[in-house]
Amino acid sequence: MRSLVLAIELAWWQQTVLRTIGVLAAVLLPAGTLVYVFLFKMMSFMQSRLGPMEAGPYGSMQLLAEVGKWIQKEDIIPWRADRKLFAMAPYIVVMTVFLTYVGVPFGPDAWFADLDVGIFYILAVSSISVLGILIAGWSSANKYSLLGGLRAAGQLIAYELPMVLAVVGVVIQAETLNLQGIVAAQHEGAIFGWDGIGNPFILTQFVGFLIFLVALQAELTQTPFDMPVAESELVSGYMTEYSGMRFLLFFIAEFASAGAFAAVAATLFLGGWALPGVDLDADYMNVLGPIVLLAKIMLVAFLVFWVRFTYPRFREDQLQQLAWKVLIPLSLVNILATMALKVAY
Amino acid sequence: MTALTERQQLAYVDAQAADARVNVELETDEGMILNLGPQHPATHGTLRVTAKLDGEQVVWADVVPGYMHRGYEKLTEVRTYPQVTTLINRIDWLGSFANEVPFILAAEQLMEIEAPPRARCIRTILFEMARIANLVIFLGDLGVQLGAVTPTFYAFRDREHVLDQIEAVTGGRFHPNFDRIGGLKDDLPKGWIADTKAVMARIRSFCDEMEDLLFGNEIFEARTRGVGVIPAEVALAYGLSGANLRASGVDWDLRRDGGISGLAHDEVDWKVWTHPDGDSFARCWVRLQETREATHIVDQLCDGLPSGPIMAKVPRVIKVPPGEAYVETENPLGAMGYYLVSKGDLGPFRVKIRSASFSNISVVPWVLKGVYVPDIITILASLYFILGDIDR
Repeated sequence: MRSLVLAIELAWWQQTVLRTIGVLAAVLLPAGTLVYVFLFKMMSFMQSRLGPMEAGPYGSMQLLAEVGKWIQKEDIIPWRADRKLFAMAPYIVVMTVFLTYVGVPFGPDAWFADLDVGIFYILAVSSISVLGILIAGWSSANKYSLLGGLRAAGQLIAYELPMVLAVVGVVIQAETLNLQGIVAAQHEGAIFGWDGIGNPFILTQFVGFLIFLVALQAELTQTPFDMPVAESELVSGYMTEYSGMRFLLFFIAEFASAGAFAAVAATLFLGGWALPGVDLDADYMNVLGPIVLLAKIMLVAFLVFWVRFTYPRFREDQLQQLAWKVLIPLSLVNILATMALKVAY
Repeated sequence: MTALTERQQLAYVDAQAADARVNVELETDEGMILNLGPQHPATHGTLRVTAKLDGEQVVWADVVPGYMHRGYEKLTEVRTYPQVTTLINRIDWLGSFANEVPFILAAEQLMEIEAPPRARCIRTILFEMARIANLVIFLGDLGVQLGAVTPTFYAFRDREHVLDQIEAVTGGRFHPNFDRIGGLKDDLPKGWIADTKAVMARIRSFCDEMEDLLFGNEIFEARTRGVGVIPAEVALAYGLSGANLRASGVDWDLRRDGGISGLAHDEVDWKVWTHPDGDSFARCWVRLQETREATHIVDQLCDGLPSGPIMAKVPRVIKVPPGEAYVETENPLGAMGYYLVSKGDLGPFRVKIRSASFSNISVVPWVLKGVYVPDIITILASLYFILGDIDR
């Protein structure tokens, strides 16, 4: 079986190798960039300090040092823990991120899987991570972990709904679930007849975008929705008992999924890998597209981390109230308005 | 089936028993007992709070202090009076100078010595700067307890300047050991007053920053308003003092009402802040206003600093005449008092230390009943204790 990858004809095994390397790069590169640019540097500048400065120029190698440190650490499994589940949980969480990236398009031919139900698939697999978190919380045999795991389960399920409903508005406008189709719809669309910059859905679906951002913040368990790992209450929530490599996996998963969700948000609302005025089918977009998408990922992630470093956190009941009493009704209204306007125009 | 080794069998039995215990805790009406501390990030020290939970709701809670008991009351008995200040510096380590003041005042009262006016003023300035250094950390730490990391760094950044000023006078950043019976060890260094006023302006802008960043934040209000309400009568019954009492609407401040002659608070124009609500927000808000007020007190004292000696006539070898004295001052954490018994020796016969935090946390079991787990942290943070001040 031979087919085209980035307009080059390759054997199936060659494609597989390439795609595996590609997914690894797609997961780890944005995650590393987010950690360095936002967690290390932006947070430090916001807090009037320099952050890491010693490892490499401006501390850019700090992340490698940290990873090296974690890999060397002793891998501790508590005596009472359910050993198999305990060992499995971080892999489930990391796997979810990989599965999410599979559905994200990076260019006209640069994709891992071009699914007809792309966005549906992404929203479906992204909720697998809650299983890993719940397993981690339960199997640690620690009360803080248990509370953290249960909080995470409640929170992730509650915020899945507004997220899905916010996406429905986009899907109605684009008339497709396929992410390439959504990118194309934004590129070729028009806002009430004016097609100067296409129709990035952030302009017409701004309510949906805001709801998606809030739900994103909660799905990523970033402050103000960081109840599951609230360090001043639950020590470290479901991650309390993890150390060394397994903790590193959770850490990678946290930032890689921030990158993944930011990529999804960029694709749905900011025009994805396309720029206004470019030719969507041009070959150079396979190189330019990932760079454009990365820039847009950084933009969304900037908003996420800006809020994270500024706000205090919600209490569990307030967090649920926000989801069920504000975000879900608002997103339903948004869907109704979108449908009405879609029919009218 | 392969035979299990004895160790495997034991491990299996042990695991089953552990499962059973967890299940019993989770499934019976008894609820789950959660130990917050002694090693827990929220207790900034080694306080242990035992809470019985029903889901995330607290059924009952108790405080177990004592993990940091250092025996200061006993240790003072084998030290001379000048040596005692070194020890008691370490009770409330964020506002160390304020710990020395009531002890020195009690000794002065027994010896019938009065510090000269200049010493009284500088003592009050340092007393208030200790309060500022302490409360600035409270405001920063409040953010961390509620999940906002950034305020802490601002707090440590700006406290550094206060500590620099304290260090310039006393030579010590945290533990000045500067107060003496009859006055102070040294006079102020050159140029200190102008620097201090600049630092006070900086602290005021820090307070404005905190007001914007934390107190004006909707989530902060949602987390603190109506959480951990302590009515005035309960606060009085549990012996709360300081900002915790004033936040319950009780207008009582030892700086104004204590009639203390060794400090110069009655010479400046300042205000006692109170709040009628008695909830966590009120406690935090009162402390914010007190930080501002303290900077104004320092400013006014710096302007009207009298000249003269900084030490009264004190014998070279200090022997306190026999007698008993109790002096209480309004320290950063609340009312702190020393009950000093002297038999005419070089050192005290017995010292009883009334520290503010110990009484302040005694209300915790009452106020934690029925709140959620995150509110435990809010309430502990807003009651504001220093572990050294609880356990001594």
